[in-house]
Amino acid sequence: MDKIELAHGSGGILMREFIENEIKKRFKNPFLEKLLDSAILSNKNKKIAFTTDSYVVSPIFFPGGNIGELAVNGTVNDLVAVGAFPEFISLSLIIEEGLPFEDLRKILDSVKISAEKAKVKIVTGDTKVVEKGKGDRIFINTSGIGFIPEDVKIGYEKIEEGDLLIVNGPIGLHGFSILVSRENIEIESELKSDTAPLNELWEKLYENKIEVHFMRDPTRGGVQGVLNEIARESGFDIILFEEKIPVTDEVKGLSEILGIDPLLMANEGKMIFFVKRKDAEKAVEILRKCEKGRDSEIIGEVKEKKHKGILKLKTKLGVTRILDMPYSDPYQESADFHLSHKPVSLRHF
Amino acid sequence: MKYLSEFREASKTKLFIEKTKSIAREKWTIMEVCGSQTHSILSSGIDELLPPNITLVHGPGCPVCVTPKEIIDTAILLSKKKDTILFTYGDMLRVPGSKESLFKAKGDGAKIKMVYSPFEVIEFAKNNQEKKCVFLGIGFETTTPSHASVILKARELNLKNFFVLLSQFRVPPALEAILKDPFNKIQGFLAPGHVCTVMGIEEYIPISEKYKVPIVVTGFESVDLAEGIFMLIQMLERSENAVKIQYKRSCKPEGNLKAKEIMKKVFKIGPQKWRGIGLIPDSGWILREEFREFDALNLLKEKIEEIEETKEGCIAALILQGKKKPFECSLFGKDCTPLNPLGAPMVSSEGACAAYYKYKKIAD
Ligand code: SF4
Repeated sequence: MDKIELAHGSGGILMREFIENEIKKRFKNPFLEKLLDSAILSNKNKKIAFTTDSYVVSPIFFPGGNIGELAVNGTVNDLVAVGAFPEFISLSLIIEEGLPFEDLRKILDSVKISAEKAKVKIVTGDTKVVEKGKGDRIFINTSGIGFIPEDVKIGYEKIEEGDLLIVNGPIGLHGFSILVSRENIEIESELKSDTAPLNELWEKLYENKIEVHFMRDPTRGGVQGVLNEIARESGFDIILFEEKIPVTDEVKGLSEILGIDPLLMANEGKMIFFVKRKDAEKAVEILRKCEKGRDSEIIGEVKEKKHKGILKLKTKLGVTRILDMPYSDPYQESADFHLSHKPVSLRHF
Repeated sequence: MKYLSEFREASKTKLFIEKTKSIAREKWTIMEVCGSQTHSILSSGIDELLPPNITLVHGPGCPVCVTPKEIIDTAILLSKKKDTILFTYGDMLRVPGSKESLFKAKGDGAKIKMVYSPFEVIEFAKNNQEKKCVFLGIGFETTTPSHASVILKARELNLKNFFVLLSQFRVPPALEAILKDPFNKIQGFLAPGHVCTVMGIEEYIPISEKYKVPIVVTGFESVDLAEGIFMLIQMLERSENAVKIQYKRSCKPEGNLKAKEIMKKVFKIGPQKWRGIGLIPDSGWILREEFREFDALNLLKEKIEEIEETKEGCIAALILQGKKKPFECSLFGKDCTPLNPLGAPMVSSEGACAAYYKYKKIAD
């Protein structure tokens, strides 16, 4: 392969190879090495989490949100995923000449509201305007800083056999709502993106001393993509219970029509918590009391290292099969292709 | 959407599997013809739950994987021509031709656009008269009616810049080709529900009678398939040869008369090449003389070379005819994977090899 393909940015095998070969090898250092959602920078006894992400979503307004809140929530959640409490965010705007002011204001208002909800401050930023045709209306980059309490111990190495996996609600909402609005698929749909900051969920679990071993927000690559990565990194097999995975009727219907599995679809307001078995029931109870955790479910468990890090699915009929790493984002092949020259982010390196 | 989920219910599926277990005394080999059915069987795990005396084999019914390489090559050639744009369905993009896929060609600057319906191409052609718009359409009898109506529409609008490159397959001749083979072991068929929704069961009755095989027209949900298998085994155990419909919610015995009428107006039955199998007489729908002006081949001076369809060691032909299973191929999962497919059944995600690769079962 001698050229960048869209699939290089979509959370599948190709993106993983790209990050391994082109990024990790070049910028070798122990912080980058772990490839977590946020780098954990420690200095003496303080732990800081630092993350950055670029948002190039199209359309910039979609059912349930817009690129502005996505940028804030995504960065907040990347910090949360390493056990940090987010505090500061930077905001860089790359605006294409000709973007109506009205749109920009709407986006900035959403940034403000999301930041307030997540209790983070926008502390620095930058604005660039590029010539018409050189961007796709607006791209946003956000970086974020959060602090990790001393007693938080979260990481691949903390995952252990028997841990249960909890998700805070139905999956696939963001991916399908973007797809529907991007492609003008004529479906009467109440579908909305689930974009939301999830720090409250983590705060509550932390306050209640729930033993959380790992967290990850299943964005690009979906649940199947990120859990494959976690299985591989931790060396443990992970098994998902098909029957327990929350999926709305609407997402189910769309996945039938379009032939795309909700497990592969991106989420922007979901977190998968790896919780010590004895704490799991209580964790679900706590999460269900939060607005963003009302539909929390235990969806899987960590098994022994029998097959060295693979993801499996126990189907409704009780048969177990492998869920492989997706090749690329399932709808990119159709949707991004359709709207040519669509940029795709290389997330999380 | 409740409608769909009811047909998926695990308990109903299990019930039909239990019923099948209780009546299946002999050893039976049955084939599900359609790739979506293979997909559904393997993803839910029905294949694992059936008793060992029932063997399921997978058929040739995945349109993407039986589309010949020449068609892809021709499409790419066209897309590189001046003033010509190629439109196609999304699932065609990754299918390799003899050298490259449409996706790759597009990356290198070929003019290729994805559509959900051929009517989008008509719209585009209408508004861009200076461009030659070629629609690459493939499929079984399910897509043929819409391909026919889009051509009728182009005629109605008097479009001179709309062309089609089609590969349209008929299921019954493929079943006959399989049954004619003296070494074939198939005793019954699960026929594809959506194809029969269009075509009805008329064409299947003589096949069932001539070769003494029962056929059940089946849907695509796990409950449909489990019920279809039960109905088929019941007929086999009773030595009954008939065509029955499990997929009653969509398929009527006479099919969709209007759709059939439209397709016969534009197309006639003719020979068709199947990737991995070869030429099967009467197994395709080809343009009638009076619609030849829409044939995209008119735009080409170059001759497209016939291509040998499979790599050495690939047993695609045997797999598509139900004689071997993907695991029996020595290249499976090693030299041949969905990222690097060597033969038709690994090419499309609905092909049997790809399905086995994707839904690898494992002892827990
Ligand atoms: S595994 Fe690959 S090489 Fe083997 S039969 Fe299937 S497509 Fe051909």
